[in-house]
Amino acid sequence: MSLLEILTYPDPRLKTISAPVTEFDAKLQAFLVDLENTMRAGPGGVGIAAPQVGRFQRIILLDVSSKPKIKHHGNLVLINPEITQWEGFEIGREGCMSVPDYTGNVIRAQYLHLVAQDQHGVQHEYDMEGFEARAIQHELDHLDGLLFIDRLVSRRHDLFRRKVYKAKTIKPDPSSSVE
Amino acid sequence: MSQWYMLTLVGKDQLGIVAKVTSALYKGGCNLGEASMLRLGGNFTIMLMVNYAGDNKQLYDLLKEVVRELNLHLHIDAIEGHLHQHRDPEVRITVHGADRAGIVAQVTGVLNEAGLNILDLESDVGGSVENPFYIMHIEGIATQGIAQLSQALQQLLATQHPDLKVQLEPIETLVM
Repeated sequence: MSLLEILTYPDPRLKTISAPVTEFDAKLQAFLVDLENTMRAGPGGVGIAAPQVGRFQRIILLDVSSKPKIKHHGNLVLINPEITQWEGFEIGREGCMSVPDYTGNVIRAQYLHLVAQDQHGVQHEYDMEGFEARAIQHELDHLDGLLFIDRLVSRRHDLFRRKVYKAKTIKPDPSSSVE
Repeated sequence: MSQWYMLTLVGKDQLGIVAKVTSALYKGGCNLGEASMLRLGGNFTIMLMVNYAGDNKQLYDLLKEVVRELNLHLHIDAIEGHLHQHRDPEVRITVHGADRAGIVAQVTGVLNEAGLNILDLESDVGGSVENPFYIMHIEGIATQGIAQLSQALQQLLATQHPDLKVQLEPIETLVM
Protein backbone atom coordinates (compact mmCIF):
# COMPACT_ATOMS: atom_id res chain seq x y z
CA MET A 1 0.00 0.00 0.00
CA SER A 2 1.44 3.34 -0.94
CA LEU A 3 0.53 6.68 0.53
CA LEU A 4 0.69 9.71 -1.71
CA GLU A 5 2.23 12.97 -0.65
CA ILE A 6 -0.32 15.64 0.29
CA LEU A 7 0.32 19.12 -1.08
CA THR A 8 -0.07 21.72 1.63
CA TYR A 9 -0.83 25.41 1.45
CA PRO A 10 0.88 27.70 0.40
CA ASP A 11 1.96 25.31 -2.37
CA PRO A 12 0.85 27.16 -5.55
CA ARG A 13 -0.10 23.89 -7.25
CA LEU A 14 -3.23 23.80 -5.08
CA LYS A 15 -4.56 26.66 -7.24
CA THR A 16 -4.54 24.49 -10.36
CA ILE A 17 -7.84 23.88 -12.11
CA SER A 18 -8.14 20.15 -12.70
CA ALA A 19 -9.00 18.55 -16.03
CA PRO A 20 -11.85 16.08 -16.63
CA VAL A 21 -11.07 12.37 -16.60
CA THR A 22 -11.45 10.73 -20.00
CA GLU A 23 -9.70 7.36 -19.55
CA PHE A 24 -11.20 4.90 -17.08
CA ASP A 25 -8.28 2.50 -17.38
CA ALA A 26 -6.18 0.30 -15.11
CA LYS A 27 -3.90 3.24 -14.27
CA LEU A 28 -6.89 5.12 -12.92
CA GLN A 29 -7.96 2.13 -10.82
CA ALA A 30 -4.47 1.84 -9.33
CA PHE A 31 -4.44 5.55 -8.53
CA LEU A 32 -7.85 5.30 -6.82
CA VAL A 33 -6.48 2.63 -4.46
CA ASP A 34 -3.54 4.83 -3.47
CA LEU A 35 -5.80 7.85 -3.14
CA GLU A 36 -8.17 6.00 -0.81
CA ASN A 37 -5.31 4.77 1.36
CA THR A 38 -4.02 8.34 1.56
CA MET A 39 -7.47 9.64 2.52
CA ARG A 40 -7.93 7.00 5.23
CA ALA A 41 -4.49 7.80 6.69
CA GLY A 42 -5.39 11.49 7.05
CA PRO A 43 -6.64 13.21 10.21
CA GLY A 44 -10.25 13.44 9.04
CA GLY A 45 -10.33 10.71 6.48
CA VAL A 46 -13.75 11.65 5.09
CA GLY A 47 -12.76 13.00 1.71
CA ILE A 48 -9.93 13.73 -0.67
CA ALA A 49 -9.55 15.30 -4.08
CA ALA A 50 -6.91 14.19 -6.61
CA PRO A 51 -5.23 17.62 -6.87
CA GLN A 52 -4.38 17.38 -3.16
CA VAL A 53 -1.86 14.71 -4.12
CA GLY A 54 -0.67 16.57 -7.21
CA ARG A 55 -2.82 14.79 -9.79
CA PHE A 56 -4.85 17.49 -11.48
CA GLN A 57 -7.85 15.50 -12.56
CA ARG A 58 -11.49 15.81 -11.51
CA ILE A 59 -11.52 12.91 -9.07
CA ILE A 60 -12.97 12.92 -5.55
CA LEU A 61 -13.30 10.22 -2.93
CA LEU A 62 -15.85 10.73 -0.21
CA ASP A 63 -16.89 8.67 2.77
CA VAL A 64 -18.61 10.41 5.67
CA SER A 65 -20.10 7.17 7.02
CA SER A 66 -17.91 7.37 10.14
CA LYS A 67 -19.95 10.36 11.38
CA PRO A 68 -22.77 9.12 13.57
CA LYS A 69 -26.44 9.68 12.78
CA ILE A 70 -26.23 11.40 9.44
CA LYS A 71 -27.57 10.67 5.98
CA HIS A 72 -24.92 9.56 3.52
CA HIS A 73 -24.21 7.37 0.51
CA GLY A 74 -21.27 5.43 1.98
CA ASN A 75 -17.96 5.18 0.20
CA LEU A 76 -18.08 7.13 -3.07
CA VAL A 77 -15.82 7.49 -6.07
CA LEU A 78 -16.91 10.70 -7.78
CA ILE A 79 -15.35 11.43 -11.15
CA ASN A 80 -16.10 14.57 -13.16
CA PRO A 81 -18.67 15.63 -10.53
CA GLU A 82 -21.08 18.49 -11.11
CA ILE A 83 -23.53 20.08 -8.71
CA THR A 84 -26.70 20.67 -10.68
CA GLN A 85 -28.92 22.11 -7.92
CA TRP A 86 -28.45 23.41 -4.43
CA GLU A 87 -30.60 24.80 -1.67
CA GLY A 88 -30.26 26.43 1.74
CA PHE A 89 -27.07 27.41 3.48
CA GLU A 90 -25.40 26.90 6.82
CA ILE A 91 -22.18 27.72 8.55
CA GLY A 92 -19.90 24.92 9.62
CA ARG A 93 -16.33 24.58 10.73
CA GLU A 94 -13.94 22.94 8.32
CA GLY A 95 -10.38 21.76 8.30
CA CYS A 96 -8.30 20.29 5.50
CA MET A 97 -5.29 17.99 5.12
CA SER A 98 -3.85 20.58 2.75
CA VAL A 99 -4.21 23.37 5.35
CA PRO A 100 -2.61 22.07 8.56
CA ASP A 101 -3.21 23.72 11.94
CA TYR A 102 -6.12 25.89 10.91
CA THR A 103 -9.88 25.49 10.92
CA GLY A 104 -12.51 28.03 10.05
CA ASN A 105 -16.15 28.71 9.39
CA VAL A 106 -17.46 28.36 5.88
CA ILE A 107 -20.95 28.81 4.42
CA ARG A 108 -22.09 25.89 2.30
CA ALA A 109 -25.32 24.80 0.70
CA GLN A 110 -27.33 22.42 2.90
CA TYR A 111 -28.82 20.29 0.16
CA LEU A 112 -27.57 19.57 -3.32
CA HIS A 113 -27.99 17.35 -6.32
CA LEU A 114 -24.82 15.89 -7.73
CA VAL A 115 -24.10 14.15 -11.01
CA ALA A 116 -20.84 12.19 -11.19
CA GLN A 117 -19.27 9.18 -12.84
CA ASP A 118 -17.93 6.20 -10.91
CA GLN A 119 -14.55 4.51 -11.39
CA HIS A 120 -15.86 2.73 -14.52
CA GLY A 121 -17.28 5.87 -16.11
CA VAL A 122 -20.91 5.08 -15.29
CA GLN A 123 -22.96 8.15 -14.43
CA HIS A 124 -24.84 8.36 -11.11
CA GLU A 125 -26.96 10.99 -9.42
CA TYR A 126 -27.04 11.78 -5.71
CA ASP A 127 -29.12 13.94 -3.41
CA MET A 128 -26.86 14.99 -0.58
CA GLU A 129 -27.35 16.95 2.62
CA GLY A 130 -25.57 18.07 5.77
CA PHE A 131 -22.05 16.77 6.30
CA GLU A 132 -21.95 14.87 3.05
CA ALA A 133 -23.08 17.94 1.10
CA ARG A 134 -20.51 20.07 2.93
CA ALA A 135 -17.75 17.56 2.23
CA ILE A 136 -18.46 17.35 -1.51
CA GLN A 137 -18.51 21.15 -1.82
CA HIS A 138 -15.17 21.33 -0.01
CA GLU A 139 -13.66 18.69 -2.31
CA LEU A 140 -15.16 20.16 -5.48
CA ASP A 141 -13.46 23.44 -4.62
CA HIS A 142 -10.11 21.63 -4.79
CA LEU A 143 -10.87 20.70 -8.40
CA ASP A 144 -11.28 24.40 -9.15
CA GLY A 145 -8.15 25.48 -7.30
CA LEU A 146 -9.96 26.77 -4.22
CA LEU A 147 -9.39 26.05 -0.54
CA PHE A 148 -11.80 26.59 2.36
CA ILE A 149 -9.63 29.51 3.46
CA ASP A 150 -10.75 31.26 0.26
CA ARG A 151 -14.31 31.16 1.61
CA LEU A 152 -13.92 31.93 5.31
CA VAL A 153 -16.47 33.94 7.21
CA SER A 154 -15.62 35.86 10.37
CA ARG A 155 -14.92 33.76 13.41
CA ARG A 156 -16.10 36.46 15.73
CA HIS A 157 -19.34 37.64 14.25
CA ASP A 158 -21.44 34.82 12.93
CA LEU A 159 -24.25 36.39 11.00
CA PHE A 160 -25.92 33.07 10.56
CA ARG A 161 -26.63 30.40 13.10
CA ARG A 162 -24.16 27.61 12.95
CA LYS A 163 -25.94 24.31 12.93
CA VAL A 164 -29.54 24.59 13.86
CA TYR A 165 -30.45 20.93 14.08
CA LYS A 166 -28.01 20.28 16.91
CA ALA A 167 -28.71 23.47 18.86
CA LYS A 168 -30.13 23.01 22.28
CA THR A 169 -31.63 25.80 24.32
CA ILE A 170 -31.05 25.32 27.99
CA LYS A 171 -34.03 26.10 30.14
CA PRO A 172 -34.31 25.91 33.88
CA ASP A 173 -35.30 22.35 34.57
CA PRO A 174 -38.21 22.32 37.05
CA SER A 175 -37.25 18.81 38.15
CA SER A 176 -33.69 19.77 39.07
CA SER A 177 -33.04 20.28 42.74
CA VAL A 178 -33.11 23.85 43.93
CA GLU A 179 -31.04 24.56 46.97
CA MET B 1 18.57 35.23 18.44
CA SER B 2 15.05 36.49 18.12
CA GLN B 3 12.43 36.40 20.82
CA TRP B 4 8.64 36.57 20.95
CA TYR B 5 7.02 39.57 22.56
CA MET B 6 3.39 40.28 23.32
CA LEU B 7 2.48 43.85 22.53
CA THR B 8 -0.65 45.43 23.94
CA LEU B 9 -1.77 48.76 22.54
CA VAL B 10 -4.78 50.67 23.78
CA GLY B 11 -6.07 54.14 22.94
CA LYS B 12 -8.76 56.28 21.43
CA ASP B 13 -9.72 54.72 18.11
CA GLN B 14 -8.66 56.58 15.00
CA LEU B 15 -7.92 55.84 11.37
CA GLY B 16 -4.67 54.12 10.48
CA ILE B 17 -3.44 52.80 13.83
CA VAL B 18 -2.82 49.24 12.66
CA ALA B 19 -1.07 50.39 9.48
CA LYS B 20 1.20 52.83 11.30
CA VAL B 21 2.09 50.49 14.15
CA THR B 22 2.77 47.48 11.95
CA SER B 23 4.79 49.44 9.43
CA ALA B 24 7.02 50.78 12.23
CA LEU B 25 7.49 47.17 13.40
CA TYR B 26 8.17 45.93 9.89
CA LYS B 27 10.74 48.66 9.21
CA GLY B 28 12.38 47.79 12.53
CA GLY B 29 12.88 44.18 11.46
CA CYS B 30 10.01 42.56 13.36
CA ASN B 31 7.95 39.63 12.19
CA LEU B 32 4.33 39.37 13.36
CA GLY B 33 2.65 36.23 14.66
CA GLU B 34 -0.96 35.95 15.76
CA ALA B 35 -2.88 39.15 16.48
CA SER B 36 -6.29 40.26 17.63
CA MET B 37 -7.66 43.78 17.30
CA LEU B 38 -10.97 44.82 18.80
CA ARG B 39 -12.88 47.99 19.47
CA LEU B 40 -14.04 47.90 23.06
CA GLY B 41 -16.29 50.69 24.21
CA GLY B 42 -15.06 52.84 21.35
CA ASN B 43 -11.41 52.25 22.25
CA PHE B 44 -8.84 50.75 19.97
CA THR B 45 -7.25 47.63 21.44
CA ILE B 46 -4.81 45.21 19.92
CA MET B 47 -2.67 42.37 21.18
CA LEU B 48 -0.06 41.06 18.83
CA MET B 49 2.75 38.58 18.87
CA VAL B 50 5.96 40.11 17.57
CA ASN B 51 9.16 38.26 16.85
CA TYR B 52 12.17 40.51 17.26
CA ALA B 53 15.93 40.12 17.62
CA GLY B 54 16.37 43.04 20.02
CA ASP B 55 15.43 43.55 23.62
CA ASN B 56 12.37 45.06 25.26
CA LYS B 57 13.79 48.59 25.26
CA GLN B 58 14.81 48.47 21.58
CA LEU B 59 11.33 47.25 20.65
CA TYR B 60 9.79 50.08 22.63
CA ASP B 61 12.04 52.56 20.80
CA LEU B 62 10.81 51.29 17.43
CA LEU B 63 7.28 52.31 18.37
CA LYS B 64 8.01 55.35 20.53
CA GLU B 65 7.22 57.89 17.86
CA VAL B 66 4.07 56.30 16.47
CA VAL B 67 2.76 55.69 19.96
CA ARG B 68 3.27 59.34 20.86
CA GLU B 69 1.71 60.55 17.62
CA LEU B 70 -1.38 58.37 18.10
CA ASN B 71 -1.52 58.81 21.87
CA LEU B 72 -1.55 55.07 22.59
CA HIS B 73 -0.68 53.12 25.71
CA LEU B 74 1.91 50.50 24.89
CA HIS B 75 2.78 47.49 26.99
CA ILE B 76 5.45 44.95 26.05
CA ASP B 77 6.05 41.52 27.56
CA ALA B 78 8.68 39.01 26.54
CA ILE B 79 6.76 35.75 26.16
CA GLU B 80 7.26 32.15 25.34
CA GLY B 81 5.37 32.07 22.06
CA HIS B 82 4.40 29.07 20.01
CA LEU B 83 2.82 28.99 16.60
CA HIS B 84 1.14 26.04 14.89
CA GLN B 85 -0.61 24.91 18.04
CA HIS B 86 -4.23 25.82 17.39
CA ARG B 87 -6.80 23.87 19.30
CA ASP B 88 -10.25 23.35 17.87
CA PRO B 89 -13.20 24.28 20.07
CA GLU B 90 -15.73 21.53 20.77
CA VAL B 91 -18.56 23.60 22.11
CA ARG B 92 -20.07 27.03 21.70
CA ILE B 93 -22.11 28.72 24.40
CA THR B 94 -24.18 31.82 23.87
CA VAL B 95 -25.62 33.69 26.84
CA HIS B 96 -27.80 36.75 26.80
CA GLY B 97 -30.10 38.58 29.14
CA ALA B 98 -30.83 41.90 30.82
CA ASP B 99 -27.49 43.43 31.75
CA ARG B 100 -26.46 43.23 35.39
CA ALA B 101 -23.31 42.61 37.36
CA GLY B 102 -22.16 39.01 37.78
CA ILE B 103 -23.32 37.26 34.62
CA VAL B 104 -19.81 36.47 33.35
CA ALA B 105 -18.49 35.50 36.78
CA GLN B 106 -21.37 33.15 37.51
CA VAL B 107 -21.67 31.59 34.07
CA THR B 108 -17.93 31.04 33.63
CA GLY B 109 -17.68 29.93 37.27
CA VAL B 110 -20.06 27.01 36.81
CA LEU B 111 -18.59 26.19 33.40
CA ASN B 112 -15.13 26.10 34.90
CA GLU B 113 -16.26 23.66 37.57
CA ALA B 114 -17.85 21.52 34.86
CA GLY B 115 -14.55 21.35 32.98
CA LEU B 116 -14.77 24.04 30.29
CA ASN B 117 -11.48 25.28 28.93
CA ILE B 118 -12.29 28.63 27.27
CA LEU B 119 -10.48 29.24 24.00
CA ASP B 120 -12.38 32.32 22.93
CA LEU B 121 -14.74 34.69 24.70
CA GLU B 122 -16.36 37.83 23.41
CA SER B 123 -19.07 39.82 25.04
CA ASP B 124 -20.99 42.96 24.28
CA VAL B 125 -23.57 45.24 25.81
CA GLY B 126 -26.39 46.06 23.42
CA GLY B 127 -29.83 47.61 23.72
CA SER B 128 -30.35 51.12 25.03
CA VAL B 129 -29.03 53.12 27.97
CA GLU B 130 -32.31 52.48 29.83
CA ASN B 131 -32.57 48.82 28.86
CA PRO B 132 -29.13 47.35 28.25
CA PHE B 133 -28.67 43.68 27.50
CA TYR B 134 -25.57 41.58 27.85
CA ILE B 135 -24.54 39.03 25.25
CA MET B 136 -21.61 36.65 25.40
CA HIS B 137 -20.20 33.99 23.10
CA ILE B 138 -17.80 31.42 24.43
CA GLU B 139 -15.99 28.70 22.54
CA GLY B 140 -13.99 26.06 24.31
CA ILE B 141 -13.08 22.48 25.05
CA ALA B 142 -15.32 20.39 27.27
CA THR B 143 -12.72 18.47 29.25
CA GLN B 144 -15.43 16.57 31.16
CA GLY B 145 -17.85 16.27 28.26
CA ILE B 146 -20.61 18.48 26.94
CA ALA B 147 -23.33 16.91 29.09
CA GLN B 148 -21.55 18.18 32.22
CA LEU B 149 -21.58 21.72 30.89
CA SER B 150 -25.21 21.51 29.95
CA GLN B 151 -26.15 20.22 33.38
CA ALA B 152 -24.12 22.93 35.13
CA LEU B 153 -25.82 25.66 33.12
CA GLN B 154 -29.23 24.17 33.74
CA GLN B 155 -28.57 24.19 37.46
CA LEU B 156 -27.40 27.80 37.37
CA LEU B 157 -30.51 28.92 35.51
CA ALA B 158 -32.80 26.98 37.82
CA THR B 159 -31.28 28.39 40.97
CA GLN B 160 -30.13 31.90 40.09
CA HIS B 161 -30.86 33.19 36.62
CA PRO B 162 -34.20 31.97 35.27
CA ASP B 163 -34.34 34.89 32.82
CA LEU B 164 -30.99 34.28 31.12
CA LYS B 165 -31.11 32.70 27.68
CA VAL B 166 -28.35 30.15 27.33
CA GLN B 167 -27.63 28.06 24.30
CA LEU B 168 -25.04 25.34 24.07
CA GLU B 169 -24.12 23.57 20.88
CA PRO B 170 -21.37 21.20 19.88
CA ILE B 171 -18.99 22.46 17.20
CA GLU B 172 -18.23 19.66 14.82
CA THR B 173 -15.25 20.41 12.67
CA LEU B 174 -15.30 18.50 9.42
CA VAL B 175 -11.67 17.80 8.57
CA MET B 176 -11.16 16.65 5.01
